[in-house]
Amino acid sequence: MSFVPGQPLTAVVQRIQIQKLRQGENLILGFSIGGGIDQDPGQNPFSDDKTDKGIYVTRITPGGPANAAGLRMGDKLMQVNGWDMTMVTHDQARKRLTKKNEDVVRLLVTRKSLEEAVKQSMGCFPRQ
Amino acid sequence: MDTESTYSGYSYYSGRSRGSHRHGERSRDRHKTRSKDSRSEKSVTINTPPAEPLLGDSAVRGEQVQDDNWGETTTAVTGTSEHSLSQEDIVRITKDLEDSVGLDCRRYFTLALAVILGLLVFLTPLAFLVLPHLLWPEKLQSCGTACEGLFISVAFKLLILLLAVWALFFRPRRAGLPRVFVFRALLAVLVLLFVVSYWLFYGVRILDSQDENYQGIVQYAVSLVDALLFIHYLAIVLLELRQLQPCFSVCVTRSTDGEIRHYNLGQLSIQRAALAILEHYYCDFPVSNPALLSASKSRAAKHLAGLKVYNVDGEFPEAPAEGPGNNAAAGLVHSQSRAMIAAAARRRDTSHNELYYEEAEHERRVRKRKARLVVAVEEAFTHIKRMQEEEQKKAPGDVMDPREAAQAIFPSMARALQKYLRTTKQQHCHSMESIQQHLAFCITNNMTPKAFLESYLTPGPTLQYSRDHWRARQWTLISEASVTSGLKDGSVFLLRCVDFSLVVTTKKIPYIQMSEEYIDPKSHKFVLRLQSETSV
Repeated sequence: MSFVPGQPLTAVVQRIQIQKLRQGENLILGFSIGGGIDQDPGQNPFSDDKTDKGIYVTRITPGGPANAAGLRMGDKLMQVNGWDMTMVTHDQARKRLTKKNEDVVRLLVTRKSLEEAVKQSMGCFPRQ
Repeated sequence: MDTESTYSGYSYYSGRSRGSHRHGERSRDRHKTRSKDSRSEKSVTINTPPAEPLLGDSAVRGEQVQDDNWGETTTAVTGTSEHSLSQEDIVRITKDLEDSVGLDCRRYFTLALAVILGLLVFLTPLAFLVLPHLLWPEKLQSCGTACEGLFISVAFKLLILLLAVWALFFRPRRAGLPRVFVFRALLAVLVLLFVVSYWLFYGVRILDSQDENYQGIVQYAVSLVDALLFIHYLAIVLLELRQLQPCFSVCVTRSTDGEIRHYNLGQLSIQRAALAILEHYYCDFPVSNPALLSASKSRAAKHLAGLKVYNVDGEFPEAPAEGPGNNAAAGLVHSQSRAMIAAAARRRDTSHNELYYEEAEHERRVRKRKARLVVAVEEAFTHIKRMQEEEQKKAPGDVMDPREAAQAIFPSMARALQKYLRTTKQQHCHSMESIQQHLAFCITNNMTPKAFLESYLTPGPTLQYSRDHWRARQWTLISEASVTSGLKDGSVFLLRCVDFSLVVTTKKIPYIQMSEEYIDPKSHKFVLRLQSETSV
């Protein structure tokens, strides 16, 4: 998941759709995010590249909608409802996820295990 | 209640006072102040112009509003003629005041008192030293070395006292204030009491008993001079040092065009504060230009001239409207005023529109004239060139001095300048002579055309113009508190001259409570901001 500045980033992503749960007057998704271009990337425990300022999932509430939808801790959010999450501030990411008029969020997330899975499957069928 | 006092600020400039030096107190006798008041009443009564609303006072005062001959019976005078009349009056009366015997009498009286006090003070120690030699020379002990040393000390201390008194008191008079300067009067009384008590002691214990101990007498004289030096120190502290620390912030507003300035003053009496403010006025406030106010006056007149109230049915009660008993007349007046306000509100008022376009047009005109003026002046300045030293010897013909050079290039810019001054309504402030003088001055000092023009583009402080354009010569201090009382927070007083008045309000500079906090230089430490985690 490392990126070369100036080059397009390629990643294997998984599409996850989470239905927001209404709790009182809030709509919650059931996970916590960390990271952002205004944060310190060196403290991110989940990223391989310690200069990666992307948004990562740091905690999942067990039994919440995110857990049920398949989100895992350590996932990097690439897109939320079509909005890019690789170059946003922490607050912008929070806002995109907590829009009050949206019931459902469609995320594109990536994780290390996805790449490995793809490599393995590609390894079975080597390219010509 | 108002205490009116006359305050003439220009006695310094009149030729007579140039030589008179002040020393000691200024005392003003009460009855003289009162006679001055009667004269000031003659000079400073300006009624408000008739454009003031009909609402309010005029009807309540019991005049017959329905009287159609009011123009002949009332004493209100129209704006312009009143100004010209009272200005002539003022000029005549100012001349009278300056020639008056009363003013001189007061000034010479205080001067005489001061001189007498000064002589008394200086001659007393010398008299103390000399009198024993004159009166009982044979009984007197001879003066030893210590005693002669004391002579030197007396001499030098007297010299220092003389110089110090000259420095503090022998200064040209700044102004004539309405009331006595309290501190100076107190100091004079103190000095007088002091010297008199020393003389008493001397007379009783030394002259009567014919003391032979000359050294003791010399020491007595030295102690007198020492004490006088200390009184002089007290004078410096009271008269000069006490008001240096700023204590009040005064806000001075000119009543005609609203120019506001703020000054910091120390603890002063109201009359001294007024003097300080007036001295700042001449240096800071732009010159008062009544031509600029005519537009707003005409607008105000138009507002009210459009509406007139006629009562077509019923007579008026003739009883006076003053007093609580006349409810009918008062009610009538109120209803009339209400009717006028309602009508004025309903009327489609387009005066704001006119004002906007008029001002835009005026600004455009001024800018156009200014552009023409700048070009004309720059072109005029290119016609002359300063001659260098070597050239002067080579070509003696057709050489001009600055005044002639100014006269030579003036006609090419005269018209543009005249038009510009007329557009900005400044033409009465500058005469042709003064403009040519200024031009010669600029040429002599190698100034650029822009430097020459600056004094005409913006109105300068009052002091820069010649004295007949000042419109602010005779000042009257109007105050509810006594003018010798000190400034307080919230005190308000007026300084009125013929054309306008300066409204002065004071505010106290607050007491500042400061506390300290110590920061250890080693305590400046930083960490990177932690990853913040937000749950969504």
